[in-house]
Amino acid sequence: MQKLKFVATGLVALSLATSPLLAQVTAIGPGEGEVDIVAWPGYMERGESDKDFDWITKFEKETSCKVNVKTAGTSDEMVTLMNQGGFDLVTASGDASLRLVAGKKVQEINTALIPSWSKLDPRLKDGAWFTVGGKHYGVPYQWGPNVLMYNTDVFKEAPTSWSVVFEEQNLPDGKSNKGRVQAYSGPIYVADAALYLMAHKPELGITNPYELTEPQYAAALDLLRGQRKLVSRYWSDATVQTDDFKNEGIVASSSWPYQVNLLLGEKAPVGSTIPSEGATGWSDTTMMATDAPHPNCAYKWMEHTLNSNLQSDLSVWFGSVPVVPAACTDGSGQQTAEGCKANGSETFDKIRFWTTPIADCAAGAGACVPYARWVSDFMAVVGGN
Amino acid sequence: MSPAVFPSRSVASRLTTLFWRHPRLLLGLLLAPPLLWLGLVYLGALAALLLQSFYSIDDFSGLIVPELTLKTYAQLFRPSNFDVITRTLLMALSVTVASGVIAFPVAYYAARFARGRWKAAFYLGVMLPLWSSYLVKVYAWKLILAKEGIVTWAATATHTDWLLDAALSLPGIGGSSLSTSYIGTFLVFCYVWLPYMILPMQAALERVPTSMLEASADLGATAGQTFRTVTLPLALPGIIAGSIFTFSLTLGDYIIPQIIGNSASFIGMAVYQLQGTAGNVPLAAAFAVVPILIMLVYLTLARRAGAFDAL
Repeated sequence: MQKLKFVATGLVALSLATSPLLAQVTAIGPGEGEVDIVAWPGYMERGESDKDFDWITKFEKETSCKVNVKTAGTSDEMVTLMNQGGFDLVTASGDASLRLVAGKKVQEINTALIPSWSKLDPRLKDGAWFTVGGKHYGVPYQWGPNVLMYNTDVFKEAPTSWSVVFEEQNLPDGKSNKGRVQAYSGPIYVADAALYLMAHKPELGITNPYELTEPQYAAALDLLRGQRKLVSRYWSDATVQTDDFKNEGIVASSSWPYQVNLLLGEKAPVGSTIPSEGATGWSDTTMMATDAPHPNCAYKWMEHTLNSNLQSDLSVWFGSVPVVPAACTDGSGQQTAEGCKANGSETFDKIRFWTTPIADCAAGAGACVPYARWVSDFMAVVGGN
Repeated sequence: MSPAVFPSRSVASRLTTLFWRHPRLLLGLLLAPPLLWLGLVYLGALAALLLQSFYSIDDFSGLIVPELTLKTYAQLFRPSNFDVITRTLLMALSVTVASGVIAFPVAYYAARFARGRWKAAFYLGVMLPLWSSYLVKVYAWKLILAKEGIVTWAATATHTDWLLDAALSLPGIGGSSLSTSYIGTFLVFCYVWLPYMILPMQAALERVPTSMLEASADLGATAGQTFRTVTLPLALPGIIAGSIFTFSLTLGDYIIPQIIGNSASFIGMAVYQLQGTAGNVPLAAAFAVVPILIMLVYLTLARRAGAFDAL
């Protein structure tokens, strides 16, 4: 057994030693004819949902790489799919990206092979959610804030604090917020509570909502336990949330610009804002699998994501913000400067982007609570414990 | 005298001879694929699951420690995790009992009285919901049960909203509306699994011989006595078979409680949340073992009650 372990360790060491040789692509060859992508719903449109939104057909014509899309509804699902292998690319969010890097499921990107890399928003180029040790493990795709969506019939003026969803109070219409607010159903939501505490309990000394020490973490959980009494259902599915705003009497919740635009499109009385505490946000990255079967088409796609109508049209379609700032104004798609602003392009400095919490943080090695505990504890809070 | 010349034989004919001489070889070849499937894919996956559940996760690094331990099972008894188990178990039990109570009269009518066209209508009525997507049904129920949905509207229109409010203010199972309370989850579970209860029940009731019912009546039993002492015991295997379906399906479902209800976890949801990004596969595996154990107990009890005698 001991011998076996030794051999196994040796093999791992060997594969680690040789992997840099295999890991990075140094030149793009001819396309392999197809590329397999794991993506969030709504991220890959070929004009079938709405003929005005198509950023795949042109790519397929130009490169002869057929795009096969597998949609995944949660970050967990994405990680599972990538662990199974067989895919080239994934549009990973910050709560999945570092885990994919740590699990060696994605490879370093050779930015020299992506000419449009220079067009990227400089603030995103070295984002901590996909850059590890100075190496880029992907190309930013889109980003957006987790906004506070509210019912404009109840709130004549936009709420200025997240307290409307965290603490019991009477809303401007005179009725309590109990049973009328929602929260995101994901362990990463603990960070929203931490962000709120950063502003309201400075004595806790929280500097980063994704790096929480034990006492800070306990305070965040306490806040969430209080919130549980106000929340009748947590949302994880965008359709469920828009439905709850229409039929369930929900008047305030953390949300994405996507749902806000969807509801505004149906003439529902809603608005969105980023309260004074700031907000959490997501920034998705196109990452390439370590064993990608179609690396050339994958690189061509990554270039295409930055250098086409994709950034512009996708930001209109999804309610997100382009990672290429020029896409807001250059007329490559349907996005406009006002549209970018509505989707939150000017809120960048107020946003703390989703990052997988790990034990080793700025406070020291092993000083912070890792994500595995966020999951079990958030589950306990939602279950009323 | 010239030597005898045998005609050369085809491969198929030679194989036939081979199989005829060694019948066990043919049997082995025929059985190998299903046995491989059962042994490797099916039982192998279960074994891997079981093994994972004896691993544990290091709380600080979030990494899996591949050393056999019972630590993960001990975690199941933490109040927050144990609540998930009791919640699921109670829901599965109440859904099973309610489905049984609703399904019995329907199955009884279909088995004893429905004839010809009515019988066809019955089958269609029971099977029809199974033809549409499960997700569509669940989302439809979300709309029906919503605070501003048709149930609330009907209750207000008929001035019975006090009844609805009373039900929703029940401690523990109430909520701000039907679609965000355990009552709603329960209703949708009952709706979705009802056909699986009705069909085996009806099959069992059809097999109860009319002659026995007549004999019971001839011997002076009242309708109620006949029902209790003849019909029910004879139909019991069907009822138990149906209950196995509703019970195990509720025990493992993770979609309905995610869309309808107050977001509190059920076993299936807990498994779903713990694997993936969380990477807590050991605890997810331990959670997954719980329904297996519960079902083993349930099946043992069902066997004692004779549910499998007719197999």
